[in-house]
Amino acid sequence: MSDTKPSSAIAELVLDVRKTREYSRLTDAIPYTRFMGIGVENLAGEMMCRMRYQPMLIGNSFLPALHGGTLGALLESASIFELLLKTETPRVPKVISLTVDFLRSGKPQDTFARAIITRQGRRVANVRVDAWQDDRTRPIASAHALFLLAEP
Amino acid sequence: MSDDFKLPEDKAGRMERCSLFYSDIVPHNHALGLRLVDVAPTEATVELPYADFLVGNPETGVIAGGPVTTLIDATCGTSVMLRLGRMVPMVTLDLRIDYLRPARPGVSLTAVAECYRTTRQVAFVRALVHQGDKNHPVASAQGTFMLTEE
Repeated sequence: MSDTKPSSAIAELVLDVRKTREYSRLTDAIPYTRFMGIGVENLAGEMMCRMRYQPMLIGNSFLPALHGGTLGALLESASIFELLLKTETPRVPKVISLTVDFLRSGKPQDTFARAIITRQGRRVANVRVDAWQDDRTRPIASAHALFLLAEP
Repeated sequence: MSDDFKLPEDKAGRMERCSLFYSDIVPHNHALGLRLVDVAPTEATVELPYADFLVGNPETGVIAGGPVTTLIDATCGTSVMLRLGRMVPMVTLDLRIDYLRPARPGVSLTAVAECYRTTRQVAFVRALVHQGDKNHPVASAQGTFMLTEE
């Protein structure tokens, strides 16, 4: 699973954003997070992710509820940004496995996520991550994920 | 639940009915461009065409994990309905995805999901994602769904 191309431009951007905290420069540089409206924000002194509500995130129009896949996407993106911005990893970490528990249905509104790195080794990082809407103590989805890190 | 929710007996009818979940009735499936390509008695096959807006690493062109999660979730849900023979309301309880090899950029991803067991309230599904060769899957997944009809 080694990279064939060096990811220099993203690596440089990541180094810069770690210093400047202009997170949107990074999330805008990734087509999928831009499409999904997933951004990194500094809220009350804490770095977290927000997925801005848009009608195309809906999976069940009758309830209505967010598509389960969008919550998985937010949880995974939040984990990747946490690793990129809080550790020394020079490249976008690769997901090895992702296990999502869906706890409540997601309402058509903004959703937040916060990832915690539970272990960071030389090659593998373990992450726990929660997503919530109105009440942070009542997550709507939660995941643990393993990532392969590029060695510095 | 009335008979309106029963799936037709014939394959073409089942394809047509299940394809509804890949139309704008399910906005996010539609936004990603998911397409139902085959149905079997307990199995669904769905394709995710490669697109630039799905890229997670702009330097390699490799697709992000998020669209793969959506692809698997949707395909698994459809396989449950195929096994039950009717359209039932359900929610995903959990989903575990193992990424077995990197996805090749520029090539569509195909998910094949099989619902191998249902109880009155819970359905169990496993799925594989490949890029043309089922023997070399990109991802393997296992999910459980709660059937929510009264």
